[in-house]
Amino acid sequence: MDRSSGSLSLADLRGSDRRRRRERAIRAAFFFAAGVSVLISALIVGSLVGRALTFLRTVDLGSLWSFGWFPRRGLFDIRTILVGTLLVSGIAMLVAAPIGLGAAIYLSEYATPRARRFLKPILEVLAGIPSVVMGYFALTFISPELVQRISHGADVFNIAAAGVGVGILVIPLVASVAEDAMFAVPAALREASYGLGARRMTTAVRVVVPAAVSGIVAAMILGISRAMGETMVVAIAAGATGGSLFTFDVFGPGQTMTGAMASLATGSDQVRGATGAYPSLFFVGTLLFLLTFALNVASERFVRRVRKRY
Amino acid sequence: MGLYRPDLGTEISLGGGAATEAVRRILHGRQRDVRGLAFQSALLLTLLMSLAIMVTLMAQIGATGWRVFAERGTDFLTSPMSSLASRAGVWQGLVGSLMLMVFVVVIAFPLGIGAAVYLEEYAPDNRRTRFIAANIRNLAGVPSIVYGLLGLAIFVLVLRPITGGLTVVSGGLTLAVLVLPIVIITASEALRAVPGSIREAGYAVGASQWQVIRSHVLPAAAPGILTGTILSLARALGETAPLILVGAVTGFFFQSSGNLLARLHGPYTTLPTIVYTWSRQPGEEFRHLTAAAILALIMVIVVVNVLAIYLRNRFQRTW
Repeated sequence: MDRSSGSLSLADLRGSDRRRRRERAIRAAFFFAAGVSVLISALIVGSLVGRALTFLRTVDLGSLWSFGWFPRRGLFDIRTILVGTLLVSGIAMLVAAPIGLGAAIYLSEYATPRARRFLKPILEVLAGIPSVVMGYFALTFISPELVQRISHGADVFNIAAAGVGVGILVIPLVASVAEDAMFAVPAALREASYGLGARRMTTAVRVVVPAAVSGIVAAMILGISRAMGETMVVAIAAGATGGSLFTFDVFGPGQTMTGAMASLATGSDQVRGATGAYPSLFFVGTLLFLLTFALNVASERFVRRVRKRY
Repeated sequence: MGLYRPDLGTEISLGGGAATEAVRRILHGRQRDVRGLAFQSALLLTLLMSLAIMVTLMAQIGATGWRVFAERGTDFLTSPMSSLASRAGVWQGLVGSLMLMVFVVVIAFPLGIGAAVYLEEYAPDNRRTRFIAANIRNLAGVPSIVYGLLGLAIFVLVLRPITGGLTVVSGGLTLAVLVLPIVIITASEALRAVPGSIREAGYAVGASQWQVIRSHVLPAAAPGILTGTILSLARALGETAPLILVGAVTGFFFQSSGNLLARLHGPYTTLPTIVYTWSRQPGEEFRHLTAAAILALIMVIVVVNVLAIYLRNRFQRTW
């Protein structure tokens, strides 16, 4: 830089070097903060997959396909906990899909702004209920007052009650994602429909819902993913903490992937020392992680499709 | 041009009398859209059902748990855990939950807000940025128990020399990692809501990018960031599954008395973990205790939420 010359150079306009160095350092610090999230993902994958592979190497592979999930006796039947997870999330979606979708259509197509102000917080508060609380509710209310009335022989601890509890927890998620999708449908489509003389219901069911179908599918997939990962409701209300036989009976106790992990880590049943049972935690965790990851990616695809179209 | 006024005297001929009659009926009659009304009521019912579920839940837990408070008053809140139902309290859980919250506030908040600032203010729109953003969205969808496994593998086993194994430190770090993606997402939304004109005004008077962010963007986004982060704190307060993997004690234990460091490296439990533990105990008495512990947990969560709403209303600005 030639400061004695009469004209300004480009370097002068860049300002002081100290200030620029400081800016760069600050930017690097913020970049580090953003990078931590990538590090966390890498750690999740690394620590889970490594230990899951260790488990697979040490365990007798035949025990992964036997008649039940009894980790302390060396029986790790994956089908048992997979079916348990599917049953719980299936029942959960039977509850959450109609209620969540109905709430979303009402909020997006029918509710006046004033009604929204009263109705939307219902879902927000529901979303704030901790899952342990819902577990207690499933065990002490849903099970005796609902499930045991439908099926008189039902166990106190049963898959159905856990499924309904999980479903209630998933309602707000399904509703909010579906509502976002319907909100993104351009008003012109609705107006065109009204212009043709269609009624509100026809407009909602035949125009808005089909236009937002990708987002609604995304909401359902996300709901399933969330239901599969829900732990405490199952751990409290589904029973079978010691292990479970392979079963399709929703009125009896059962074990899900998450429930299996929780009971492996709980109280006097803790298996810190026992070999085999302990690494199985990471094996089940890896399976659950992969399943929910696939579902989340799929749902994001669907969401993006809505965004692209409008 | 004047207003169009249909000539009321003119009659439209529709051919047959029956057709005219039908059109007249449609034009004059008051029709009820019965199907539409039924549909609308069914939709409203879904929302009311959610409300009914919540009211039932609160009534049931309130009715069961209130007795404990009525009998023992604040003694229930200040007593340690015990296998005797008549003496058991939630004090250790309250302390444990608060200690974990400190970790969340100290670790997850600055890191999360920092990441959001990078993504919203600095990051160029390229593949690396999109990868980081997608990665954060995916982290937000990872089941909480998987974070527990992460904590178990990294904080409890690998970093045992630092964390001391199954201790408050491990639990706190695990919870901090768990809420980090939520903090980033909510803080990003708050930053995005700050109008670009605020930034441009700053640059126009010669401020550097950091000066613009520190003195203009962050203060403008503060209410949104505060609300979002505090709500993620409420979420962390209710989290149980990851903590039972990283050592929140599900049995009974004696609180190690002593200095802070000893406490950080000692056993701990949290309010939701106590709820879980007691819900597994047989007997009517523990059912009441569980409900009472839930009431205590809900009270703490409500306090946090009210704080968030207060801060939002206090600092909210519209552009």
